[in-house]
Amino acid sequence: MIADLTRAERLWAMLILGALGLIGLAMAIGGRNDLLGIHGWIVLAAGLGGFIAVMRGLDAPEPSAERLNEYYDAPTRVGLILTLLWAVVGMGVGFWVAALLAWPDMTFDVPWLSFGRLRPVHTSGVIFGFGGNALIATSFHVLQRTTRARLPDQISPWFVLLGYNLFCIIAASGYLMGLTQSKEYAEPEWYADIWLVVVWVVYFAIYMRTLARRKEPHIYVANWYYMAFILVVAILHIVNNLAVPISLGSAKSYSLFSGVQDAMTQWWYGHNAVAFFLTAGFLGMMYYYLPKRAGRPIFSYRMSIISFWGITFMYMWAGSHHLHYTALPHWVQTLGMAFSVVLLVPSWASAGNALLTLNGAWHKVRDDAVLRFMALAAIFYGITTFEGSFMAIRAVNSLSHYTDWTIGHVHAGALGWVAMITFGSLYSIVPSMFRRERIYSQKLVEVHFWLALSGTVIYVFAMWNSGVIQGLMWRTYTESGGLTYSFIDSLVAMHPYYIARAFGGLLFLLGALTALYNVVMTIRMPAPAADDAALDIPAKPALQAGE
Amino acid sequence: MAGLIERDKVSGQTTTGHEWNGIKELNTPVPRLLWAFLITATIFSVTWTVLMPSWPGINGYFRGLLGVDQRVAVTQSVTEAAVERESWTSRIDSEDFAAIQADDALMAIVRETGAALFGDNCAACHGTNARGTPGFPNLVTAPTMWGDDPETVAETIRVGINGTSPETRYAQMLAFGRDHMLERADIDAVVSYVETLSQPELAAGMDADTLAYGGEVFAANCAGCHGEDARGMTDTGTPNLTDQYWTYGGDRASIRHSVYHGRAGTMPSWEGRLSPTHIKLLTLYVLDLRANEQ
Repeated sequence: MIADLTRAERLWAMLILGALGLIGLAMAIGGRNDLLGIHGWIVLAAGLGGFIAVMRGLDAPEPSAERLNEYYDAPTRVGLILTLLWAVVGMGVGFWVAALLAWPDMTFDVPWLSFGRLRPVHTSGVIFGFGGNALIATSFHVLQRTTRARLPDQISPWFVLLGYNLFCIIAASGYLMGLTQSKEYAEPEWYADIWLVVVWVVYFAIYMRTLARRKEPHIYVANWYYMAFILVVAILHIVNNLAVPISLGSAKSYSLFSGVQDAMTQWWYGHNAVAFFLTAGFLGMMYYYLPKRAGRPIFSYRMSIISFWGITFMYMWAGSHHLHYTALPHWVQTLGMAFSVVLLVPSWASAGNALLTLNGAWHKVRDDAVLRFMALAAIFYGITTFEGSFMAIRAVNSLSHYTDWTIGHVHAGALGWVAMITFGSLYSIVPSMFRRERIYSQKLVEVHFWLALSGTVIYVFAMWNSGVIQGLMWRTYTESGGLTYSFIDSLVAMHPYYIARAFGGLLFLLGALTALYNVVMTIRMPAPAADDAALDIPAKPALQAGE
Repeated sequence: MAGLIERDKVSGQTTTGHEWNGIKELNTPVPRLLWAFLITATIFSVTWTVLMPSWPGINGYFRGLLGVDQRVAVTQSVTEAAVERESWTSRIDSEDFAAIQADDALMAIVRETGAALFGDNCAACHGTNARGTPGFPNLVTAPTMWGDDPETVAETIRVGINGTSPETRYAQMLAFGRDHMLERADIDAVVSYVETLSQPELAAGMDADTLAYGGEVFAANCAGCHGEDARGMTDTGTPNLTDQYWTYGGDRASIRHSVYHGRAGTMPSWEGRLSPTHIKLLTLYVLDLRANEQ
């Protein structure tokens, strides 16, 4: 990591880390009477720890200039490991909160073990920790391969990866302490949000700078998606988190929005977080790793285009379907529903494009669990997007809203689509990234596949059942016109499904642990004697003539 | 790089000539099915926006050809439901408790509607079976603390106990230990005495002098509210200490905790949240549970 930096770059890194440490110190002092102070100490420790680490390597020999002729994969390697660590944390806490719903006494009267504090640790842990690290790690890999250019500099990829993980740690530790601005998937407070903006701008700059230096005439579709992901998430994050802190020494802030405007802004953000974080980014992943693994050309370039622009344009309007039958004006709900219905077309076009790409390679899907992960992801993507458009229809939503059906839908997407495409992509690059001939155990990949699939199916079926039962129980009237069931009756009816859900989640978690073990063992395998990775290098300047 | 356009053997399509690290793309036309799907979905959605309130303008929005509005719709369906229920709610409102209790058909509705009403409003404290949870009294088999005639029960629900209504019922057991009203020895003695009220068999294992002293402490400090015979008083909402029903537990440690720290449980004042009809319905429901038990 540090050995790859020149002395001048090491000094720059020390400057950045020192500044971070000073910001942490300022937070610790300014927020000494507030929970902000604890976060100050964490930031200070991160800055100081990094500063010392770089300082110790300051006088190490200069790296060879040769390295600039290769792709810069060290950040991807670290990112892949962080992805798996966050997977275990996020899914572990997910299993815990699922168990809490079935056995609510398991909080043991400890505030930070309560459902309300643990639940965002799960959601942020899997979305931002697991998903975000996977996106950053794979985007650096895909970006370099599809542009045949090395990342633009040596420090900024580390700044993005490590800075992003600092954000995740601040977020998760804040939830446990009770710090939240109570916006779903946007819980972190103002200072964490500002930090993420800084990290994100650098991330976008890396993308633009690398693309500007590309040696390929065209920009591959995976990069359109990764760029849409980075750009739109920046817009969403900034707008939804506009808030005024009560003082610079306090973690608490107040949102700029209130009432129904706040709800609309939040769900414009929330739905597009699903669209551009959990969909666009992972479509980028799919468009590179699936055809690569299958050894097949993309089925249709034209379908790629219409689905990209369809998804990008249509999703922006769909957020209001989260607020059907609320104080939100009816006309906004109608538009949300109308766009959500049309959205199914580009979504299915993407899923179809992926599955049709596998034509001619289905025998590989049968034999190779890695490719099967990705094929299954495309199937779940198709199922989930159909379900999403269906649930966005107002009449359907009147049954599904506020029920576990929503949770089932989210997890069909999160487990079936996002996690499966991530694990597939991860397995397909881990050997080459760590310069190993193969993954440690193909059998364990197979085990992981079946754990993941059965976990997802159990989870989703449990939540479908429980959601529909819940929805029906809430709207069943007696002959005399009163409600047949009390809310607590519906909770009692949910109990067996909550146990099933926790079990499904446990299987999925075991799968993630299997992956972590398999990857660690792969890294510990001896390196092959002949390094054939030499073929995997960026275009030399000499090859540029005639472009 | 000027790409080489090839023909793919599997699909028969040609590539676009682009290549990224070995990934190529076919120039397959967008399938007709997809166009048909896109056109159908678009027609549906556009039609929907024409029928429903949809496109915004500067000072308002297009109201849709069907003239549907969710606020109107919800107001209307709430009104309709109320009208539908009026056949029996009007009788609940107007008739007295005895008349309603005598009418089997009406009581069937009370049982049906009351169960959901109780589950949503009362079960969280009193339990789904209304038999109490630690700190909250059993409503089915235990004697009531404020009286069990229908008017009194309805009043208890309306104003609550130690609630927010200005007319709320007020009851507090003093913290005899914490507030230094009784010495430790006095507390131990009175706790022993109270234990024997509901469990006379315990007296055999206790010191007779202590029990006698406990009785004196009780007479001087407790009888004012709980009564000379410790059977409680409904006009002060004090519980009977001689029976087997304990809101806060009848074991020695619980009784001692009650005497030392006092008790002042809360029941919300429901008048702001439940309509008079609902309060009357819940009263009938709870009394019916009691009647079936006795």
